[in-house]
Amino acid sequence: MILPTLFLAAGGPLSGWFAKLHETFIVNERYKMMIEGFRNTIIITLGALVIGVTIGMLIAVVKYLAEDVPGLKPLAYVCDLYVKVIRGIPMVVLLLIFFYIIFSHAKNGIPVAIVAFGINSGAYMAELIRSGINAVDAGQMEAGRSLGMSRLQAMRVVVFPQAVRYILPAIGNELIALLKETSVAGYVAVVDVTRAGNLIRNNSYDAVNPLMLVALIYLVLVLLLTWLLGKLERRLSTGDKR
Amino acid sequence: MISVKNLQKNFGGVEVLKGINTEIDKGDVICVIGPSGSGKSTFLRCLNMLERPSGGQIIFEGDDLTDKKIDLDLHRQKMGMVFQQFNLFPHMTVMKNLTVAPMLLKKVPEEKARAKALELLGKVGLADRADSFPNQLSGGQKQRVAIVRALCMEPDVMLFDEPTSALDPEMVGEVLDVMKKLASDGMTMVVVTHEMGFAREVANRILFLEDGVILEEGTPDHIFNHPENERLRSFLAKVL
Repeated sequence: MILPTLFLAAGGPLSGWFAKLHETFIVNERYKMMIEGFRNTIIITLGALVIGVTIGMLIAVVKYLAEDVPGLKPLAYVCDLYVKVIRGIPMVVLLLIFFYIIFSHAKNGIPVAIVAFGINSGAYMAELIRSGINAVDAGQMEAGRSLGMSRLQAMRVVVFPQAVRYILPAIGNELIALLKETSVAGYVAVVDVTRAGNLIRNNSYDAVNPLMLVALIYLVLVLLLTWLLGKLERRLSTGDKR
Repeated sequence: MISVKNLQKNFGGVEVLKGINTEIDKGDVICVIGPSGSGKSTFLRCLNMLERPSGGQIIFEGDDLTDKKIDLDLHRQKMGMVFQQFNLFPHMTVMKNLTVAPMLLKKVPEEKARAKALELLGKVGLADRADSFPNQLSGGQKQRVAIVRALCMEPDVMLFDEPTSALDPEMVGEVLDVMKKLASDGMTMVVVTHEMGFAREVANRILFLEDGVILEEGTPDHIFNHPENERLRSFLAKVL
């Protein structure tokens, strides 16, 4: 934020724009909102990712084991219901329900948002982890079982390590979707990147610069994740020992 | 060692096995032959309950495997299985493929498991491939490793599900040689195969399966030289 100030002093053809940036972001220290928003967006996204992967993994394993263990059938049914219900409700509605009904006494929206986004994400994670597990040749499970491994042991030692190559890229895509989806966190009074931009727009009467900055932040984050994901996929495919 | 009593298996209303009865004794080398779709593989896969029978019983060393209360995993440790498609674990080295089950299930110390694996690898001529990954091996080498993987659990019986059907012709011999050696060492074996030469030479009993039943069984001499059943005769005429 010192940079535009310097350019302002230096003058030149862009000095008009720098003056505007100064007025929008520096005056009243409005840039601090953007920093807080950025931090919150990252916190919510990562928190939701952890919850989502955990839920997804549990559901995927329960549903997989239930194919062989009749006692797990009711639990698998509950998992199915969860996935169906969550996938049928828009994220914003889910977020409002969590904030105004389930956690109606919550003062801070951030933990509520993390839980809501995590539970939403878990439903999608469950499906993609399951399809990753199903992508591993059925002969692998059979070979494990034929040696005397239980279904869970064969899953842990034989099938899952092979499923990871299918699952990790899919989780990366889900992470990108999740990051962008957190832009509705402002509905429950959380200052995320989007809300911060909107607040700055409101306070500074400058719509162009705050919103463009918000768009740019998401874009850069997504490009960064895409790049990392590409690297990861290349590494997984060169490690292919088939 | 294994008694099969009135074994039946349906797949969605299709009767694949229609009541199979046979006894497998210690030291037996039994070859199961028959046209494709006759139920040979299903029969074999029922023996270690990879397929759950729809009816009948499998009595293995005195325990009924179809009993829901039985600990199948424990019994499967004593029944080695070799698959047509090898099914080696592609993410593990050959050594890890061989030691993972004994270490996990029988709590064999790593040193001991590795020594045992190396010894058996040596017997099939692959001691120098211990650190290779399965994708670096030929089909014949993969299948020999798969046989050793099953042997590392020190099973009482070995089940072979068309072990040479997925191999290039020039690699069939090396796998059959390993199986012959195993048979002469006294291993109890049940082999589903299309290798009539192997069946004739190594088996002490041959089951001819067609349409989900054992149509004829007997010594190789009986099956190949004095077949009684018309269907067996026409099958042999086609494959020999």
